[in-house]
Amino acid sequence: MITLFYLAGAIAVISTAAVIVQTNIVHALLYLILSLLAVAVVFYVLGAPFAAALEAIVYAGAILVLFLFVIMMLNLGQHTRDQERSWLSARMFVAPGIMSALLLGQFLNVMSQIDQDMTITRVGVMEVSALLFGPYVLAVELASILLLAGLVSAYHLAKK
Amino acid sequence: MLELIWLLPTFPLLGFLALVLTGGTLPKQIAGPIGAGSIGLSFAVAALIAMEFIGSGEDYFVYEAWTWMSVGSFSPGFTFYLDGLSTVMMLVITGVGFLIHLYATGYMADDPSFARFFSYMNLFVAAMLMLVLGDNLVLLYLGWEGVGLCSYLLIGFWYTNPANGYAARKAFVVTRIGDTSMAIGLFLLFAQLGTLNIQDLMHAAEGEWEVGSGYAVAAALLLLGGAVGKSAQLPLQTWLPDAMAGPTPISALIHAATMVTAGVYLIARTHILFELAPSVQLLVAWIGLATLLISGFTAMTQSDIKRVLAYSTVSQIGYMFLGLGVGAWSASVFHLMTHAFFKALLFLASGTVILSLHHEQNIFKMGALRKVLPVSFASFLIGSLALTAFPFTSGYFSKDEILLGALAVEGVGTWLWLGGLIGAFFTGIYTFRLFFIVFFGESNVKHHVDKEVGGWHMNGPLIILMILALVGGFIHVPVEAVFSHGEAHDEHHVSGLIHGIMIAVPLIGIGISYLFFMSKTFSVEKLMASGMAQSLHKFWLGGWGFDTLYNTLFVNPFLFLARINRKDLIDRFYALIVALSQAANGMIVRTQTGSLRWYALTLVAGLVFIVTLGALL
Amino acid sequence: METIPVEHGLILAGILFCLGLIGVLTRRNIVFVLMSLEVMLNASGLAFIVAATRWGHAEGQVMFLMILTLAAAEVAVGLGLIIQMFRRYQTVDISVLSEMKG
Repeated sequence: MITLFYLAGAIAVISTAAVIVQTNIVHALLYLILSLLAVAVVFYVLGAPFAAALEAIVYAGAILVLFLFVIMMLNLGQHTRDQERSWLSARMFVAPGIMSALLLGQFLNVMSQIDQDMTITRVGVMEVSALLFGPYVLAVELASILLLAGLVSAYHLAKK
Repeated sequence: MLELIWLLPTFPLLGFLALVLTGGTLPKQIAGPIGAGSIGLSFAVAALIAMEFIGSGEDYFVYEAWTWMSVGSFSPGFTFYLDGLSTVMMLVITGVGFLIHLYATGYMADDPSFARFFSYMNLFVAAMLMLVLGDNLVLLYLGWEGVGLCSYLLIGFWYTNPANGYAARKAFVVTRIGDTSMAIGLFLLFAQLGTLNIQDLMHAAEGEWEVGSGYAVAAALLLLGGAVGKSAQLPLQTWLPDAMAGPTPISALIHAATMVTAGVYLIARTHILFELAPSVQLLVAWIGLATLLISGFTAMTQSDIKRVLAYSTVSQIGYMFLGLGVGAWSASVFHLMTHAFFKALLFLASGTVILSLHHEQNIFKMGALRKVLPVSFASFLIGSLALTAFPFTSGYFSKDEILLGALAVEGVGTWLWLGGLIGAFFTGIYTFRLFFIVFFGESNVKHHVDKEVGGWHMNGPLIILMILALVGGFIHVPVEAVFSHGEAHDEHHVSGLIHGIMIAVPLIGIGISYLFFMSKTFSVEKLMASGMAQSLHKFWLGGWGFDTLYNTLFVNPFLFLARINRKDLIDRFYALIVALSQAANGMIVRTQTGSLRWYALTLVAGLVFIVTLGALL
Repeated sequence: METIPVEHGLILAGILFCLGLIGVLTRRNIVFVLMSLEVMLNASGLAFIVAATRWGHAEGQVMFLMILTLAAAEVAVGLGLIIQMFRRYQTVDISVLSEMKG
């Protein structure tokens, strides 16, 4: 299982890196799905099967399919692919790369001071649901309102 | 009945609101009854209250309408305090005020701003009643500033003439000096004694301060500053003669009968404070004496009928201050009342003269008017007699009491008495100079005068005031309880000689005036021939050069400073701030590239910076 | 019982987050920007799951669900905006949208 964690982690990192350097947008989307599925595996290994299932269904399924629809609607052809290539020079990565490296450096510095192991225990659907519809019911309501607002505004924005 | 005291300022205030909220558009037939009627109602209530109050035999009556504000230990209320002193004041204000309002409905009948005039007048009466009925100094100060505002508005009532606006501004600025001093006085009193309720204040002052202690002197001096400004006494007397630019009923109501006596009222109200500071009290007497002499001399040289009366007002208030200064409190209040009668009478009569002569105010363009203007003639005769303290007119009794009070003071008393007597002598001269020149001699009237203006509402008040000016001296002023512990009650037995002198001196003045201006036994021209007399005349005409002095000392240096500071130094500083912000804006605006990636990048840079900072610290 | 060092999970989340950040900062195509944002959101969700495992609680999963909802709503609105933008400017280049330049 531990091997699976590191393997899935490596796949997630590599495929995410592929997403941000891809010029073909559909390929990038497929890499992203791969990355999200890898993360779902990580969730499963970490003992959160419910989160893993949702990650696969909602993220890799629903959300990215939405992306795909939009890309199809935009109908970006060969012309955009060339354009992407011209936009994506190595120079563009310098400043963001330095910034992100600094940030990650700081983060790793902090992490290096931690030395704790976590014991993996399964926390299944039941516990999560008990929490969701117990103490966090208000948060669930708010989330539903947020989704409703997203729905309405997306409809309004995308309207002709 | 006494509880209805809150109605007193309410009626004029409602009248003011009714007139002002209609934007001055009400026709005369409605505005007149509202304006005069509200004061009439006030007077009716005041008379009933006064009867019940005096009948009850109580020393005072307090009615709290509501608490005005409450800040910590400071909670002045809208509280009315009625005692003998405020009874006299409220009766004078509403009574004389009503007569003058009634007169004004006739006097102002042809004015296009009729309703505006009465709205200011009503507001004035409301504020003046607040001033005299307030039981704490904050409420008094509210009224004090309110009457100052109305005075300003009414002096500049005919604002299309810039000179009137200038006079109004002058009055406002000069009295503001006094008001500032008074406000500081209030702060001092509150800081030291922790209350501004007048009665509590007086008790506290008596309890905590010794006679002549520094705080008492300072507080009394500061309040005196306010009184001097409002009552046009030396050295702030210069505004009152110019205030005659307003309509004549205003001169009668505000600048003769009521507002200018507010200073007298203030000192009488806080007399315990002044008794704790004997040096300041004596200063009050000297200020009064100096003012009455200076303005007496000035009045002799004036040629404008209203300016003569204005200087005589300053001079009579000088008498009141003299009375206050020597501790003859009730005599001062008595003189305040009688002065309100005869000076209102004189001003209103002069209003009739001015209106009949088509707004002519120069007395040398009048003359021989006694046949043409019989009512004014009678009014002037009685008013002048009362003003010069002719025996058994109202002014005689009150001035007599003040002078006797001065004589009773040990040490300087004789000098004060003598000074007051000289003043009375000149009062006789200038009053009857005016009288003889206007009503006797040869006619210098340019425009033909058909008849005297006035109907019942102009002549009625004149007749009532004539009666009051004649018999007002027999009215008893019920202020013993107010000044009970401060006044010397032992009767001074003065010899008949002194009484004789005091009766004779004004009569001699009248006689000299007769010889100069009536029988022409002596010639003014001959007297004026010498160069010294000429320059003296010029000096007196200009009000002893006080205006010139103040212009040189204060106004011109201020104008000079304003001129050299035209490019404001302090503004430069602010301009620098503006320039700096504009420069900074110019720099920062470059960061607003409109590019989303740039914003995200700077955001991350900020994050990195803060995280690094957190890690380092 | 199997154990994994907690920092490894968090470092994985950190790396994913930084990759997403690089994507947001470098890409000019707004669809890529939105995708990178999804990566970042997902990384923070991962951090919550790691924390949940560390303490053996279910709360972290609840927070992940919240993030999931947020991501869904955000994608819906974001894609709507992209469609609108493409309709107006016939491009997906975000540097075209610089009308707010100071």
